[in-house]
Amino acid sequence: MENNTIIKIENLVKQFPVGGGTFTALNGISLSFGKGEFSGIVGPSGSGKTTLLNIIGSLDSPTKGEVTVMGTGSGGMNAKTASQLRKKHIGFIFQTYNLMSVYTVYENVEFPLLLLKMPASERRKAVLDAIEWVGLTDKIKSRPPQLSGGESQRVAIARAMVKRPGLVLADEPTANLDAANSHHILQTMESLNKELKTTFLFATHDDKVIRYLKRIVTLADGKVVSDESVK
Amino acid sequence: MIAFKLAYRNLMGAGLRTFLIVFILSVSYVLIIFMNGLYQGWNHHARADMIDWEVGQGQFWQEQYDPYDPFTYADAHAPVPPEIKTAAEQGRVTPILLSQATIYPEGRIQSIKLKGIAVQQDVLSVPTDKLVAEDHIIPALAGTRMAKSARLEEGDYLLVRWRDVNGTFDAAEVKITGIFSSPVPAVDAGQIWIPLDQMQEMLQMPGEATLIVSGKGVELPGKIPGWEFRDHDFLFAELEAMIKTKSTGGSILYLILLALALLAVFDTQVLSIFRRQREIGTYISMGMTRRQVVGLFTVEGTMHAILALALAAVYGIPLLLWFAKTGLGMPEGTDSFGLASAERILPYYSAAVITGTILLIMITTTIVSYMPARKISKMNPTEAIRGKIQ
Repeated sequence: MENNTIIKIENLVKQFPVGGGTFTALNGISLSFGKGEFSGIVGPSGSGKTTLLNIIGSLDSPTKGEVTVMGTGSGGMNAKTASQLRKKHIGFIFQTYNLMSVYTVYENVEFPLLLLKMPASERRKAVLDAIEWVGLTDKIKSRPPQLSGGESQRVAIARAMVKRPGLVLADEPTANLDAANSHHILQTMESLNKELKTTFLFATHDDKVIRYLKRIVTLADGKVVSDESVK
Repeated sequence: MIAFKLAYRNLMGAGLRTFLIVFILSVSYVLIIFMNGLYQGWNHHARADMIDWEVGQGQFWQEQYDPYDPFTYADAHAPVPPEIKTAAEQGRVTPILLSQATIYPEGRIQSIKLKGIAVQQDVLSVPTDKLVAEDHIIPALAGTRMAKSARLEEGDYLLVRWRDVNGTFDAAEVKITGIFSSPVPAVDAGQIWIPLDQMQEMLQMPGEATLIVSGKGVELPGKIPGWEFRDHDFLFAELEAMIKTKSTGGSILYLILLALALLAVFDTQVLSIFRRQREIGTYISMGMTRRQVVGLFTVEGTMHAILALALAAVYGIPLLLWFAKTGLGMPEGTDSFGLASAERILPYYSAAVITGTILLIMITTTIVSYMPARKISKMNPTEAIRGKIQ
């Protein structure tokens, strides 16, 4: 793997049992993504975008092929190494935000650092920085039900970014947002990508997102049909 | 530690639901400790009263004596053994002679136990100093239960008929010189106490006794031919069996309460896992293993018991201490079951009861919290994140 590559996918196949047979969601995917990319996997519903993102995020495992993320290959990966990989190196952003409703904004953002057992003083600074990046300092004590959709997604971005991961996986991050909020979110992520050199990988079919991407990998029926860099 | 921290946050966030479960569990703590403390206190009191009034530090029984078979009384007598005669003369052990007799209060006939006891004795609390002879009248003591059933009052004369060692009937008048109140029915109901020497004379059994009650600090001979030593284990066996029966019956109430609380915890866990699938998936996506998430939910359930312990301490400690100080009034007639009972029982909360109760609630809560949480280990995180019902 080249030094700059943080995701390397080789001949990836993913099949799911359906009824008596199998459904092939991903069929022979080979891709690689470098450090600091702002890329997206696009395609229609059912094309395998989310499945690919889940495998890259070690939430799912390949049926065949090899996926190496931040130097950890799927071949020798067990539940513990997968959780370590997610804990230290990967941040997730979901379409439905997935914030803990009983936690405040501060506590939601703090959560990944608690898992990393970061000392309290460092943790506090990191959390406040992350909340500042997304411009929610005034909402620090609010709970998710008190936030708008855009604000909730910004909290999710702060939570994904707070541990300064090498890779952020965002699955349809703007699907529940209006145009203004979508642009705000994307601008925030773009600036974090530039500032912190974090690799962002999106799974989306939203044109608003696609316009921001620097590289677009298009999937159809579980296969890569195009892989283009955008200038 | 992190699981406790997160569980605490989740529980505090759940607000009223958490409070209700915690409150029911805290009542379980207090009630279990109180009920067990009450039975222990009762046991404690009853033992102390029985030692003071009836069994002393153990008893030697003449080998034919069977307290449950009055037909044995006629033959269950023997001279006080020489090994403990000195102690008996010094009042450190108390020989008691027992016989069946009949009294005729107000023209009625009533069978009783006639008991002879040394006037100068300190082993039992029976007020033998009131057995003061006037002229040739035999003094007698009756307990309040006996006095009530035979309508006796202090100063009354009473005709007593008995059979002596040869089986010959004889009768005499006794004078009730004292009526005493005792928490132990076995020294009171259906019996009259008279001086030992006069009873030995009446039965023509000089120097003889049916049983000998030992006082404190008496060195007893290991074995005396013709006599059998009955220790506390033997003498309290019936009391313990009765209290155990009563406490088992009483425990049903708090077990129902505990079961309700545990059901609430179980139900909350099942509901939580169903409703919080997205949260579970998110935990896993952030780097927790499924095992850690199972642990988190188990700790969260168990935390109910920890918070309940804290709440129980807030109102339970003052309440239980107040009960321990003021006691609980026992209804009249409780001792008519034959069980020694004071007017007020002071609960006794032993470390074993407190620790046992805490462990019982903690362990059962952990188990009912863990059972539904196991389902998480079978969840598919990618579907959980999307909140798809599994």
